[in-house]
Formats: sequence, structure tokens, C-alpha cells
Amino acid sequence: MVCGKGVEGIDILLTLLYLFIFPGFLFLFAFSLFTEYLDRKIYARMQRRVGPPFLQPFADLVKLAAKEDVVPEKAEHFMFTAAPIIGLAAIFAAYLYLPIVSSTGLHSFNGDLVVVLYLLTIPTLALFLGGWYSGNVFGQKGGMRVASLLFSYEIPFFLALLTPALIEGSWKMADIVHFEISHPLEFIVSLLGFVIALIALQGKLERLPFDIPEAETEIVAGPLVEYSGRRLALFRLARDAEMVVGAGLLAVVFLAGPEPIVQLEPVYLSWIVGALVFLVKTLFVIFLLILMKSAVARIRTDQMISFAYKWLIPLALVQIFIAIMVRFLGGI
Amino acid sequence: MKVPGKMLPKIIGFIVRKPVTVLYPKQRLTPPETLRGKMKFHLDRCISCGLCARDCPSAACTMHEIDGKKRPVFDLDYCTFCAQCAESCPKDAIEMTSEFELAHYKKGEAIVK
Amino acid sequence: MGRVKLPIGPQHPALKEPENFTITLDGERVVDVDIRIGYTHRGIEKLMESRTYTQNLYLVERICGICSYAHVENFTQNVEEILGIQIPKRAEYIRTLFLELERLHSHFLWLGVAGHEIGFDTLFMYTWQDREVVQDLLEMISGNRVNYAMNAIGGVRRDVSVEHQKKVLQGMDYLEKRAEYYKEVAINEKTILARAENVGILKTKDALKFSAVGPTARASGITVDIRKDDPYASYLDTPFDVITTNTNDVLGRVVVRVLEIFESIKIIRYLMAHLPVGEIVTKAPRKVPEGESISHTEAPRGEDFHYLRSNGTEKPERYKVRTPTLANLPALAEMLKGTYLADVPIIVAAIDPCMGCMDRVLLLKGNEKPGELVDGERLRRYSIKWFAERGWKA
Ligand code: SF4
Ligand code: SF4
Repeated sequence: MVCGKGVEGIDILLTLLYLFIFPGFLFLFAFSLFTEYLDRKIYARMQRRVGPPFLQPFADLVKLAAKEDVVPEKAEHFMFTAAPIIGLAAIFAAYLYLPIVSSTGLHSFNGDLVVVLYLLTIPTLALFLGGWYSGNVFGQKGGMRVASLLFSYEIPFFLALLTPALIEGSWKMADIVHFEISHPLEFIVSLLGFVIALIALQGKLERLPFDIPEAETEIVAGPLVEYSGRRLALFRLARDAEMVVGAGLLAVVFLAGPEPIVQLEPVYLSWIVGALVFLVKTLFVIFLLILMKSAVARIRTDQMISFAYKWLIPLALVQIFIAIMVRFLGGI
Repeated sequence: MKVPGKMLPKIIGFIVRKPVTVLYPKQRLTPPETLRGKMKFHLDRCISCGLCARDCPSAACTMHEIDGKKRPVFDLDYCTFCAQCAESCPKDAIEMTSEFELAHYKKGEAIVK
Repeated sequence: MGRVKLPIGPQHPALKEPENFTITLDGERVVDVDIRIGYTHRGIEKLMESRTYTQNLYLVERICGICSYAHVENFTQNVEEILGIQIPKRAEYIRTLFLELERLHSHFLWLGVAGHEIGFDTLFMYTWQDREVVQDLLEMISGNRVNYAMNAIGGVRRDVSVEHQKKVLQGMDYLEKRAEYYKEVAINEKTILARAENVGILKTKDALKFSAVGPTARASGITVDIRKDDPYASYLDTPFDVITTNTNDVLGRVVVRVLEIFESIKIIRYLMAHLPVGEIVTKAPRKVPEGESISHTEAPRGEDFHYLRSNGTEKPERYKVRTPTLANLPALAEMLKGTYLADVPIIVAAIDPCMGCMDRVLLLKGNEKPGELVDGERLRRYSIKWFAERGWKA
């Protein structure tokens, strides 16, 4: 295993701890539910409602898991079951590459940014497959919408996230994080990219104003319409985790993730500090996402596509141009 | 100016303000005194004329003979709280109160005598 | 994917009531709509024939849960017309007050529903919160939030006290500020504009052809308002404007309704300032002589039309109701053609449909589907048996 400096020289137990408990799967699970709580609570407060109690997302999940799980007769059984699992697995995998506790993730190599980006498109595909194979006309309609919107947010998302990599000249998140912390000016240069990535992320997560594939009042729940019980629980968990990982990715690439790192002994103390910094930044991104959804109406498929091609992608290209110029002129 | 998120400035302020919805039954709002709720029946004023039962639109108010006196009995399961009975009564023997929490477990449990 | 038939309803989150729109889609485009109504037929008209006029006061009110008062107003006007009684001036003013308060709460409600249909839940929550103010006023004066039971034949049942008047005026000040804000938001929020502008077009000539009523017609530039065209209650004395726009789209319908809120506030202020003193009810006999009468009012959703035939007894012989939603349905089918699927909910919502009050008949076509036709009596016996088998008492 190629380990970064923060995780260097630790024994197998710590690796397991890292993988499964903190900041691994268990932590992601808890943090995802917490974000869902935050999302619902803040949204409720903005609407002057009381909002759910703290453990509500967890209770929802448990309740769903205990419910009858129906696979419709018309659905393709295998794909119908596989879709949520694939989606969740991809997000969990992407999560492991994020530098959370120190400037490197569990496994850091040149190009890990691209891998994470690819892994993050898989949940969308899973949603499409789930909807398509559910055999329900609403599900298929939703699946179609997922597929037709895919490019309008994936392209700007990719382009925007590549900006910091271009400025720094490395595809390794660890390098980007280092570079950012030593060159704070970079944040200003890539501000436009941050905004674009934020909007595209909102689209990826299918949240207002881009919740077109799931538009409740139009096609009921879109791809999720036939899902119930455990499978639905998995999809919901995947959605929450995707929000955490997506927001985390933005925090890493644009806001320098867990840096600045404080070196402490023993090593897990500095992990915790790093994770806290990371958390604060992620929550900031999530808060922006919540704000974005609170005061807008859902737009239409065609409007979303034209918005992406008229504004998001050209602006992302401008941002890339700026990045190249900056690099050409000798960096920041 | 035409922008998306026109309501945002107002919305952000509400995050820290108290919500307007209340957590019933922990917190309660008081209904106005004029509310047409559960009725109160004054047996002493009743003259057994049956006008209330005749005008009740939902057969919630029916005449029964109890202890040798013909008098109305109100089954709130049927009642629509229109207060027509109170209005039809020539002796004001029926009075609407603002009591509205009338949930109960079985049919026929909410009877006003 | 080719052409798909998408059933919207009878049960669908976009519809608050069961109704069926079978939509033929080509991609995201609507090519054809087939509207089927009749899912919420409750037989109210028939039921009315077996009840006295007094009892019917409370039954007509339950035709609709939002514009309940417009129905009672129509009913009492019909009965008073045949009886030939003139209600006191004060009663007229109080009735107008209720008609306008009802319009206020209905329009606030609609604004929220429209917001919800396009995913703008924050707007939905805010408008419904403001609607509470109107509801509280209604509850304070009449004793109930929805079914006010305010009318008696020959007048109104409860008086509006000085203190009530003060509270009503306070409420109006608050609502005016809020309506001002919503107006600002509705015409400036980019995402609302994106969803409402040039959506659900109903041209003036189509609106005339399909006899659209209420705000739907007024948003297509037709100046039709029963309050002005055939004044009832105290609308003759009350100054107000008929709001029209000629954008012919959903945005126009939003604007008409928001501006009508201001008109309603204006009317209510006038009523409160000029409330005549005197009696609130004239005594009416229980038996209504033989006769026929029609009455129409401008309910929040448009023209509400009632017909009564009496036969000299305590009970009506025939009663007929035509609600505004039914009048707007043909226009709706026209608006839906050629739009995007995503626009269907907001276009349907824009006529402010109230399906429950609309269903007057139930069409039974015996040979349409396998199954059998069961008449009421057999159904009743079947249900008694069904419950008895499970040991439940009916
Ligand atoms: S309030 Fe109305 S429904 Fe209830 S008992 Fe009296 S008349 Fe009947
Ligand atoms: S109308 Fe009044 S007096 Fe007559 S029976 Fe009813 S309660 Fe008694």
C-alpha cells in the first residue's frame, strides 16, 4: 500500500480502523445521516417550520429497512437490486480517496482526482438503471431524464474541478491541497470554478432547482417510484453519502481539505484535528447547497440543458483559460 | 431585478428565528371564544320541543326519553358543529363552547347529555 | 422511447384530488390529453332533495372545502329569491366581507399550491403561513375556519362586532404587506418566470370558445367578473376594479390572483368603514313556495352557478350546481396540448382546480371493462355482509 505521510508506518489495526470506523465507513454513514438531518432541519427553519428531531434520518432508515421490500413483477430483478448497491459502493469507494484526516487519503497517487470524479458519476448511472429496469412508466421517464441531464452537469463539474489541478499541474489531490495552502491566492483565481462546481454538484445530487428526474409533482419519484424497503433505504443512504462526498471533494479541491495540518503525537490526534477542519469546510459547502435549494423553483429539462450549455460550460472554459494563463505567466 | 433566489435575503434570517409552527400537544394555541366546539346542554331550560333535533343536518341531535323527560342527546361522532341546534332552540338550552379536543377511542364515546 | 401514455391520476402527487389525465407523450412533449372526471362524485344534489332548507345550508357548504362560502351564498340567494325576501343591509355587507375573506384565503392558498407544483416549497410554506391570518379572522367571527356556517336564510347568523372590525383591519394591513412581497417575488424570481412565462397559453379567442371563467379567463384578457357583471350582496355599492392581464399564460394567472388580493383588501377596508347598522337577519318561513331560481357568484375560482326548483314543501325538488372548475376543464385540455410534461402540474394548478366540488355525475359504462355493475342497494348489502364476516359491526 502506498501511504501518504500522515498515514505512514501505521500497523494493520490502524488501517482497519481507518477503513471501517474513522474516518471510514461508519463515520461516513453517521456523517451522511447527520447531513440529511442538517439539510432537513435548516430547510425547515428557513420555511419557519420546526423540522425533524436529531435522530429522524436514522429512524427513517431503520424503518425503511424493516419494511416489506417489493420487487415489481415487471422489473428486472437483478438490475433492480444491483442498482442501489452499485451506487452506494461507488460512493464509499470514492470516499476512501478523499484526504480527510491528513493531506492524503488512504491511498494517494497521481490521478486520484480523476478516479474520484469517475466514481462519482456511477451513482447517477445506478439511478438511471434502477429507474429503467423498474418497469414502471414513471421510473423509466425519470431514468430518461437522469440520462439526458447527465452531461449538462457532469461536463461543467469535471471542467471546474480540473482548474485547481491545472494551476498546480498535478492530478493528485494531496498535491493540490498542499499547493493551495501555500498559495492562498489560488482560491480567488478558482472562485468561478468553485461556484460552477457547486451548481453542478447540486445538479448531480438532484436537488432543487435541478431535481428534475425526481420531480414529485410531475413524475412522482422518478426512478425511485417502485423502490421500497431496504432497496429504497440504500438509495437514500447513497444520496446522503453522495452529498457528503461531493461536498467533501469540493472542500478538498477548492478549500484545501484538512489542511492546515497540525502535527501532533500520537498520530491519531492530528487525524482528529485534520478531520475537524475537513468537516467544517464540508459543512460550509453543504450549507451553500442548502441555501441554493431554498429559494428557487424547479426548472425544466430543456431549461437545465440550455442553462448548462449557455452558462455553465462556457464559464467553466473561461475558468480553465484563466487557470492556463496563470500557469503560463508563472503561477501565483 | 430579475434574479434567481429573490427570497434568499429574507430566508436566511429565518434560520435562527423561532419557527411559527407549534409542536402540538406540547404547545397549544388558544382558539377564540367564539369557536363552535362541543356543546353544553342545560337540562333545566329545555322544554322538550324537539326543534333542535328537527333542524340538525346530520342527525347528531336526537330526542330521547331519559328519566321521564323527552330531551335531546348529542352524538359528537355525527356532529358537524354547525350550531344550528343552538340557534333553533327557543329556550337557549344549548350553548356552544370552544372545547375542540374531542378525540376518543370508540364510536359512541363522545355523547353530550 | 417513442410515444408513451402516462397516467396522471387518479392518484398522483400533483393532484390534490382524484382525477385522471391520461397524457400521451412524445419524449417530453404532450401530444394528447384525455381527461376523465367523476372520481369524487358524492351525490350531494340528490341528497339535498331529502333535506330541509335549513339543513341544506350546511350541506351546500360542504360541496367545496375552499370556496365553501360561495356555495352557501348561492343557495341562500336562490331561496331568498323564491321567497321574495330582502335581507338587511348589514347582512349584505357581512356576506360580502366573508366572500372577500374567502377569496383572500383561497388566493393565498393557490399561490402556495402553485409554488409547490413547481417545486418552490418555501413559497408554499410562507403563503400558507399568511393564509393562517385570514383563517384566524374567519374563525374569530364565524366560529370555524373552513365551514363558516355564516348564512341563514334571510341574513347572517353572527354579527361582526367593533372589536372584530379592528382585528380584520389589522389583518388586512399585514396581508397587504405580504401580498406586496409576493408580487415582488413572483415577477422577479428568475426560476418562477422560467416556469410560468409563456406556459399554458390560452388565447383570448380560445378562452371565449371554451367559456373559461374566473381568473383563468381574466388572465386571457377577458373582462368577466360576476361581481361587476351581475352584482350581488353589496358589490353594487363597493368600489373595486376587475383585474385582467393579457399575457394568456400561467404568469398572467399568478399576477391576476396576486392583484386580486389587493382588490379584496380594498373591498374589505371599504366594508369595514361603511358597515351599516341594523338587523342582521329577516325571518324566513320554513316552506318555500313553488318556483325556480338561478344564482351565480364569483367564487375565487370563477363563476359558480346554482339552480333551485322548489315545490312548496320544506325541501327542494331539484338542485343543480355547476362549479367553476368544470367550466375551465375544456380550456385546460386546450392549454395542455403541446406543452412539456414538466409543465402539466403547474398548468393544471393554474386553473385552481377543485375536483371534489366539480363531480356532479358518475358515468357507468357497463361494457367498458370486465366486471359487473352493482347498484346501491346491493353494494350496501354486500358491505354489511363483508363487515359481518370479519366480525365488525357496521
Ligand atoms: S351542532 Fe349542528 S350537527 Fe351538531 S348537533 Fe347541533 S345541529 Fe346537529
Ligand atoms: S330545541 Fe331546546 S328546548 Fe327544544 S328540545 Fe331542543 S334543547 Fe329542548
